[in-house]
Amino acid sequence: MTNIFSVALPEIIILISAMSVLLLGVYFNNKNSTSLFGITQLTLLLSAYFTAQLPMDSKLLAFGGMFISDSLSIYLKLLSYFSLSLVLIYSKDFLFQKKLLTGEFFSLTLFALLGINLIISSFNLLTVYMGIELLSLSLYTLVAIDRKNKEASEAALKYFILGAVASGFLLYGFSMVYGLTGTLAIDEISQQLMDAQASSFVFSFALVFITVGIAFKFGAAPFQLWVPDVYQGSSTPITMFIGSVPKFASMAMLIRLLYQSMDYYVIDWQSMLLIMAIISMLLGNITAIAQVKIKRLLAYSAISHVGFIFLGLATGAVTGIASALFYVSAYMLMTLASFGIIIILSNQKKNEIIEINDLAGLAKEKPWMAFLLLITFLSLAGIPPTIGFYAKFSVIQSVIQFGWVWPAVIAIISALIGMYYYLKIIKIAYFDDPNSDKKFVKQQNFEFTITLSINVMAIILIGLFPEFLLDITTLTSILIF
Amino acid sequence: MSLLSLAIWTPIFLGFFLLVINTKISNTVTYLLGNLFGLISFFITLYLYFLFDKSVQGFQFQEFAPWINYYSINYHVGMDGISLPLILLTSLISWLVIFISSNSVKKSLAFYIASFLILSGLMIGVFLSLDAILYYIFWEAMLIPMFLLIGIWGGPNRVYATIKFFLYTVLGSLFMLIAFIYLYTQTGSFSVIDYYDKTLTLTHQVLIFLAFFMAFAVKIPMWPVHTWLPDAHVEAPTGGSVILAAIMLKLGGYSFIRFALPIAPDAAIYLKPFLVTLSLIAIVYIALVAIVQTDMKKLIAYSSISHMGFVTLGLFMLNPLGFEGGYIQMISHGFISAALFFAIGVLYDRMHTRDISAYGGVINKMPIFGAFFVLFAMANSGLPGTSGFVGEFMVILGAMQENFWIALFASLTLIFGATYSLWLVKRIIFGVVKDEQNNALFDLNAKEFFVMALLAILTLLIGVYPAIISDITNQSSAVIMDLIQQSKLP
Repeated sequence: MTNIFSVALPEIIILISAMSVLLLGVYFNNKNSTSLFGITQLTLLLSAYFTAQLPMDSKLLAFGGMFISDSLSIYLKLLSYFSLSLVLIYSKDFLFQKKLLTGEFFSLTLFALLGINLIISSFNLLTVYMGIELLSLSLYTLVAIDRKNKEASEAALKYFILGAVASGFLLYGFSMVYGLTGTLAIDEISQQLMDAQASSFVFSFALVFITVGIAFKFGAAPFQLWVPDVYQGSSTPITMFIGSVPKFASMAMLIRLLYQSMDYYVIDWQSMLLIMAIISMLLGNITAIAQVKIKRLLAYSAISHVGFIFLGLATGAVTGIASALFYVSAYMLMTLASFGIIIILSNQKKNEIIEINDLAGLAKEKPWMAFLLLITFLSLAGIPPTIGFYAKFSVIQSVIQFGWVWPAVIAIISALIGMYYYLKIIKIAYFDDPNSDKKFVKQQNFEFTITLSINVMAIILIGLFPEFLLDITTLTSILIF
Repeated sequence: MSLLSLAIWTPIFLGFFLLVINTKISNTVTYLLGNLFGLISFFITLYLYFLFDKSVQGFQFQEFAPWINYYSINYHVGMDGISLPLILLTSLISWLVIFISSNSVKKSLAFYIASFLILSGLMIGVFLSLDAILYYIFWEAMLIPMFLLIGIWGGPNRVYATIKFFLYTVLGSLFMLIAFIYLYTQTGSFSVIDYYDKTLTLTHQVLIFLAFFMAFAVKIPMWPVHTWLPDAHVEAPTGGSVILAAIMLKLGGYSFIRFALPIAPDAAIYLKPFLVTLSLIAIVYIALVAIVQTDMKKLIAYSSISHMGFVTLGLFMLNPLGFEGGYIQMISHGFISAALFFAIGVLYDRMHTRDISAYGGVINKMPIFGAFFVLFAMANSGLPGTSGFVGEFMVILGAMQENFWIALFASLTLIFGATYSLWLVKRIIFGVVKDEQNNALFDLNAKEFFVMALLAILTLLIGVYPAIISDITNQSSAVIMDLIQQSKLP
């Protein structure tokens, strides 16, 4: 058994920081948000440093085998720190103007991150559940943090109720697994199922409940109903947070629960994932066409992207995991960039970008922002030479390699449907004349513009030279097993 | 830096350079710089022409660098006799489009010129890539500048046209991507040359061929997936129409030669009746559709589809004569259609309408223009002595070797082509001056005269001395014909 302290050091740092930020917020009386921002960023940096110190190629267990550090956990945790750091940079000014940049906000994001880390590192069903609850409760509160906003409260309540139901599903599934195998440790479950050598009727129920719970947390169709409402109701920075970082946790949860503990039932969950992938891709892309509100549109787009991630994962092969990891990393860059553009253009209350038509005339007034938007949405649509192309490419390649040609064809048709609404946004930004009553905000915040530009340039550069990311994701997924 | 990379990346980087500096300089400087950049790019390809060794089979000036080892994707470019005339055409026409741009483009000239520079680099990239994914990336990336060109500088219905253009093309090319990935899983490589040696069963060949067909037939375009072209042409600015007709349509024909036919030759034979039928429908039916058009641009757009039907007919005859004829028809159509769209641009800049009925008796006011227009209309209908004749004649001969009836149907177009071309001339150039506005017309200015004269010379040159093209292509087309005629069944 390794030293608990070194394996879980990043989590310990996050926990201490989350509590001290809360206290400091009260102490400063919420007047000195810059220092809170600094402390949070420093926390992320420190945790990233200590996470990177852990070895990629060995599995370190802690807390009596309930907590694991392996390649998957290191990769996904580093991604989480990175994207949370960007989320904070992008949302700082917006939340400051709305007077929401308080100690509670930073504390809740850090607690959510702690939950994400717990899920990613869990090697026991109890730890999984603990992480899910910590993450979900923080997210419910974050959605409702703008307490004067009725829409946000409504979204939070919806999210809370549906999220609780999904947690219930998961827990019910866990209890059945425990009843059948007598253990909650992920490796032991796998061993027990392997030894039993027979599929049990009760177990298929457990499998369905667990898969449904995962799909719900991921936001895959047909369990996607909360996604558009929550995306639309929350403040844009919170939407950006919900849309990016928790995806890593869901991804880890799926790999830990399905690949690592129930690998014996691969045929069964494979078909479930495949069906959900196809429904998500088609439903997300078709429904998004009809949307006029930009966050709702991005919500449906998110559902379709989750479909692609599921398609990669449905192969049940290492290449599939690698492609899904690549996809989720690419999606993180694209989703942060797209929300970043919306936020940077709507920093003042009266000029918020709500409908896609509010982007009209962007190319004439802010050519650079329009260019960033062009790249980001082309990448979401999967047009080369952007990272979005290789994301789709790697998924489709792994699917065809697995011998599934028709799911690849469906994926491609749905991607084509998706291109229409991405093009529609580009069309509005480039071809339409500016609205007279809406003015784009003059941007003073230099660091925001620079970070956003670097983010979008990364989309192109990794699109041109994707090799290192492909190597990292492949190495990560090989080392999981 | 090697020459082919220089030919591809020079216009792209210069285009971006122009975008970056455009706020600091005036429109005149932008125009002059744009021309300079276009000429630089043209002279690079011209230099390649003089260096090209006509007696060598296979690819010359090859460059190879590992790019994405993970999927064994390489930066692999090379040029043979099939690609050389097409890249010359691309860089020349792109420069002419930039040269004439100051006449009609009023808003954001730098962006307009930069789009054409980037577009020409990407199209040259398509013609030179020997790696499937490199090719695919150029092929898709090319859509972005064209999408913006039609959408920003186009006519009233431009948004519909440009989105239709984009989605149609992407639909096809995504199927091509599946075919490439499938071939990759079979051969473990994305190199086109590796695909040439791969044996495949007939079922697989047919599926792969159809996937390619989806992509290339849309691009050419063949009946019945041609409907995006008239819309895109009508709404595009003059330069956009010229590039679309002269080069983008050729990408489809080129890709059939480079990918579909040599990779799946048995499928081509198996599907020959189907392919020939579609080509004949395009030739005859679309020519009839062209006759009844009232919009000049639409008429020329339909005539383009009909002429590209000749290209596909020639290629799918799968005999050397038809192949050579189809290829020459591509080059010839590149010049003629470019000239016709330039001519329509000239009229449109003066009158701001494309309605045929608004014109009449133009020759009274614009005698030089009238002369050129008649020449190009004649070339379009396949008058001997112009380049239009050579290609069509060879294709019909190739068809005759195959089957009398195919040749008969194909030659019908000589009548229909003459009908729509000459009737167009009659209504626009000759006759009485119908509209008062026509009295305000003035003849070609120096720039327009230069463009028209250059294209006229090239059209006549290929017409009387087609060997200038076939000398270059001979060796390479022999290689491709060999590949097509060998069975690749296991």
